[in-house]
Amino acid sequence: MPDCGGRQGRRGRAQQPMVVVQVIVGGLLLGAIYALFSSGLTLIWGMMNFINFAHGEFVMLGMYVALLTVVWLTGGPAIFAVAAAVALAALGVAIYFSLIRHVIRGPMLAQILSTFGLALLLRYAAFFVFSANFRSLPPNALSGTINLAGVYLPVAQLVAGVAAIALTLALHLLLTNTTVGSKLLAVAEDRTAAMLMGIRPDRMQALAWGLSAGAAGIAGALMATAYPWSPTVGETFGLIAFVVVALGGFGSVLGSLYAGLIIGLIQAVSAYWLGAIYKDIVVYGLFVALLWFRPQGLMGKA
Amino acid sequence: MKSIHSPHLRLLVLAAALLAFPLVFSSPFYRDIGVTFLLAAISASAWNIVGGYAGQVSVGHSMFFGLGAYTPLLFYTLFGWSPLAGIPVGIVLSVALAVVIGTPTFRLTGHYFSMATIAVAELIRIFVGTWDLVGAAIGLQGPAVARGWWDLTFRSELPYYYIFLAVLAVVLLTTATIERRRFGFYLRAIKASERAARSLGVPVRRTKLQALALSAAFTSVAGSLYACKTGFIDPDSGFGILVSVQMVIVAALGGAGLLFGPLLGAAILIPLQTATNTWFGGGGSGLTYILYGGIIVLIARFEPGGLFELWHRVRAMRRRPARAA
Repeated sequence: MPDCGGRQGRRGRAQQPMVVVQVIVGGLLLGAIYALFSSGLTLIWGMMNFINFAHGEFVMLGMYVALLTVVWLTGGPAIFAVAAAVALAALGVAIYFSLIRHVIRGPMLAQILSTFGLALLLRYAAFFVFSANFRSLPPNALSGTINLAGVYLPVAQLVAGVAAIALTLALHLLLTNTTVGSKLLAVAEDRTAAMLMGIRPDRMQALAWGLSAGAAGIAGALMATAYPWSPTVGETFGLIAFVVVALGGFGSVLGSLYAGLIIGLIQAVSAYWLGAIYKDIVVYGLFVALLWFRPQGLMGKA
Repeated sequence: MKSIHSPHLRLLVLAAALLAFPLVFSSPFYRDIGVTFLLAAISASAWNIVGGYAGQVSVGHSMFFGLGAYTPLLFYTLFGWSPLAGIPVGIVLSVALAVVIGTPTFRLTGHYFSMATIAVAELIRIFVGTWDLVGAAIGLQGPAVARGWWDLTFRSELPYYYIFLAVLAVVLLTTATIERRRFGFYLRAIKASERAARSLGVPVRRTKLQALALSAAFTSVAGSLYACKTGFIDPDSGFGILVSVQMVIVAALGGAGLLFGPLLGAAILIPLQTATNTWFGGGGSGLTYILYGGIIVLIARFEPGGLFELWHRVRAMRRRPARAA
């Protein structure tokens, strides 16, 4: 089943409509990963009214954790994806206890500076350790392409996209259908009331940070299977997560799933028709337009 | 408190020190540090108006800096005009951009504004990098040899130093005037609690928009000065995120929302940056930015009021036992 046709070969063989389908499917699959890490950002926003400017850096770190797991432990995709999720979840909890808990009740300046400084620190620490070169994962179980009714897709992209959708839905179900989810939402709703009901808000918020960073980490690992990266990708991912969350509505995981898919699609389509340089311009332009015309997002209430 | 510590005298000493600095330390190396210090202080003081006093944390002020930097060099490249002609145009464009960004985002809470500023700055940076008229990724150059003083192109650092010092004085004087006017009280009321300010009749959105416009205008001038001094601008040095970062960190390190906070921040950070660049060899390894990030996190975590507040607290702690004795 895996078909090892090169990029050139694919372009040449496929009919024009097939290329368009391929662009659309590729965009949706990338968008699914956007949805996964953005759902982490929106979770923190919904819980604590707090924007994590270092969220894109969490995704970037997830990619390097995946790389190190493959290189040091020769782990397969299942192992490095879990490793990235666990490592980043631990980092998220650590950051919550050492930094966020102390600034959350402080002035706005401290809130914004804390994660903004963290983003710089993580980005350039990665830059220092791993150098500015682009990396990609060594060949693994997900290498190669697959032919789905004339649409050629890298296996990694397909698996990553589908897994990302499943995980985002799982996060949504966790929040809406479990006791832990109810506790999380209770703390988000009213911290004091939740405390009176015997919920420890500190633990719940730490859990939210763990889930959020873990989602970013596993999204990074999934993305690393299909796309090369460098230490500065976090900046782009952070901005994309803002756009997705702004489109999907702040605090809505399901909203960020739809919005992530839409943004991935818009990016792929604008890269195909306008040129690769313009894909980010289109997305950021969309963000500015959103802030003007529908600041509450697609799913948000007016 | 005592006459030696009177504010007027301190101000006089500060002014004299700044005026004398390039004459005392006359080597180009120190003069360059002095000019860099002044530029950082101007930009951070400009940021301080909206970020410090009004508490609206912009992390994309490079958009105004870049506009101010590009316009003079663009007019020079296209028509051969003096950079002086481009400076007011840069100001007008920056104020217009400030209104475009501020109008929608100031309806929402502070985080939206921060997110919008970072996204718009990035949007402009990428856009400018693809636009051939403004030099795309290569950037623009100013006059190589001055045709007259009005080209603002000097061999020596000295004229730059005093021009920058004069601009800094104007920015600080404006800020000091604002501090005492009703506008300044509005800004601080908004920073303390937007809802409370609104309930007391403060025109919140208009005041924030005015603060952003004023801040944008000064930041634009800082950008123009930078472009004239280096004679060159590209998307990263004009609109890059690190340009914005520097303004935020300089102001926050000294004390955001304090008149002399940015000055103190720049006085510490610029020599430190020069030193790290010398020790670790340029910005190639990114160590400077690791340092920046670390400092920002530490300020946010331990001393959001900046070093001035820390100093005041330490002094108060020292004075209390003395009084008890």
